[in-house]
Amino acid sequence: MNHGHETLALLLFSAFVATTLAITTWVSRNRHGSAEEFYVGGRLFSPMENGFAIAGDYMSAASFLGISGLIALYGYDGMLYSVGFLVAWLVVLFLVAELVRNCGRFTLADVVASRMSERPVRIAAGTSSVTVSVLYLVAQMVGAGSLVGLLLGGSSGAAQTWTVVGVGALMVVYVTLGGMRATTWIQIVKAVLLMAGALALTVLVLVRFGGDFNQLLTTAAARSGHGLDFLAPGLRYGGDWTARLDFISLGLALVLGTAGLPHILSRFYTVPTARAARRSVVWSIGLIGSFYLMTIVLGFGAAALLGSDTVRASNAAGNTAVPLLAHDLGGGAGSAGGTVLFAVVAAIAFATILAVVAGITLASSASVAHDLYASLRSRSKRGKPYSEVAVARVAAGGIGVVAIALGLLAKDLNVAFLVGLAFAVAASANLPVLLYSLFWRGFTTRGAVWSVYGGLVPAVLLVIVSPVVSGSPESLFPGADFQFFPLQNPGLVSIPLGFLAGWLGTVTSHEVPDAAKHAETEVRSLTGAGAA
Amino acid sequence: MDKHEGRDAAAMRFDDPWYDALASGWGELDGTAARSSAVPQQSHAAPERGPSAAEIYLEVQASPAFQQVRGRYRRFVVPATLAFLAWYVAYVVAATAAPGLMARPVAGAVNVAMVAGLGQFLSTFLLTWAYARHARLRRDRAALELRWDTQELTRLTEVGGGGR
Repeated sequence: MNHGHETLALLLFSAFVATTLAITTWVSRNRHGSAEEFYVGGRLFSPMENGFAIAGDYMSAASFLGISGLIALYGYDGMLYSVGFLVAWLVVLFLVAELVRNCGRFTLADVVASRMSERPVRIAAGTSSVTVSVLYLVAQMVGAGSLVGLLLGGSSGAAQTWTVVGVGALMVVYVTLGGMRATTWIQIVKAVLLMAGALALTVLVLVRFGGDFNQLLTTAAARSGHGLDFLAPGLRYGGDWTARLDFISLGLALVLGTAGLPHILSRFYTVPTARAARRSVVWSIGLIGSFYLMTIVLGFGAAALLGSDTVRASNAAGNTAVPLLAHDLGGGAGSAGGTVLFAVVAAIAFATILAVVAGITLASSASVAHDLYASLRSRSKRGKPYSEVAVARVAAGGIGVVAIALGLLAKDLNVAFLVGLAFAVAASANLPVLLYSLFWRGFTTRGAVWSVYGGLVPAVLLVIVSPVVSGSPESLFPGADFQFFPLQNPGLVSIPLGFLAGWLGTVTSHEVPDAAKHAETEVRSLTGAGAA
Repeated sequence: MDKHEGRDAAAMRFDDPWYDALASGWGELDGTAARSSAVPQQSHAAPERGPSAAEIYLEVQASPAFQQVRGRYRRFVVPATLAFLAWYVAYVVAATAAPGLMARPVAGAVNVAMVAGLGQFLSTFLLTWAYARHARLRRDRAALELRWDTQELTRLTEVGGGGR
């Protein structure tokens, strides 16, 4: 790697940071810190704007770098992520988006708490939302770190550390100053950049193969070192039944997790009506779908043009396949085209990470302030109550610090894989309670609380005792061994447990479900009567 | 076109005179809810004792118009959700349990697995289109009318001091 692309990439990246900071100051001028403004940007975005912002929030570094990398290394098995990440949006569109828009104000807990005894439900849902957000943040931080590692020659550990710290700090600044309005515009700018970058690379890959997809696949298979097996399932998740169950577990977590992600749910509140929420999801499905189709081409393209071994040599988890591919597509080492393209792609990936981190930080600070702080404060009346928005700003800082620390710890894990964990926790803890409260007449407070903790606790515990954390050379703590759960992704066990716990809590509680509250939820969710 | 409809939606919000009054009554923690509904509306003297908000919601829920909206929503969403989840699970399970079948070539280097994966993309796009169309043509108008009617009713109870 020469010096030119470093300078250029840093320059482009600085330009993005400067632009987004300018946006932040511009949109936050003359703004009073109302909760409506800070959490949901005044609810006045158009469906198209929100659709781009949702896509921006969702297409993380995990998708851009991680999925393409997995496809470059393992071929077809990497495609599962693309498929699962997209099909998940049907759950969001059909069951969640409009109803949540109509029933809640700022967070997931709003929807659940409206029918239940408010305090315990809010604390439970707030806790699980923060947990999911922190896990997701860690994945993004790891992505930032590995990107910089590549950019600065791979050996510079200090640079990697400082990038993670810098990305975190910058995001806290965006969120505390600009709230949802600035965060949304950052997402939109980033979504446009990312789509443009992916499209340019896809076209270049296809041009290289004369538009022949078949030729691309054949070359990828030949250069992967696996032959035709590369194009069929089983390279990563084949073999013994543990690996196969892991694949199914991951598949479930991906398809059910999206509808439980706090930063995605909060995006539906930024448009005026449920109809606008639906239209924004339709926009985002179009954008996300075409993006994932392009990551498939990029992944196989990286395998075909670079070879899986080159990709693995640069980063064992495959996170750097796309920047390397860009370098090659531009003309290879030493060429001006390669340098420019590499720098552009690296800068886009940075922008992606920054934007996603901002979105999650905002959503989790809303959970802390609107759900946790507000509920805990109502019991202890001592001390001066701070405004919710002030608490949210402080919380954004705190969450930033936690995510930075964990991000530094987890820096050798594949980004897409880490996101898979966050999805598993979201699907286990958030989705059951959300669906039950929207659709089940007899659901009770105890059911809600049990369903959140019944999904959250097993999911987190199973990750801790899984091979991800200990017991194998690739673990977080390779020295220790307290692993006894064989699967890397807990979804297969913890998602049913979340649903089961919610049902069990409901049938064992003595609380008589309030028919009027259920009627109110149902009428509001389907008609939008009295929606915020 | 989309941009245009977005503006319509935004304008609609401003046309809704009860937007803020109702927004602050639900899921609120920091006291504004108590303020807006607990303050006795003494200027509106001696209203008739109307139905409470709870009764109104139960009544709307039981109304044929609402039952129709709910029925239409469920009749689309339940089968469609079951269908795409089944299709997706079948895809994932086939990839793990029957790799031989998935590796069977279809045309050139493209095998069954690749066709199934791209088929998932296609079915997602089609279902998205079908759902948006169904909601737009079969539900939106009726839901909007119910929304105004319900809000009108609940507003009367709030003015009348019934509140929640």
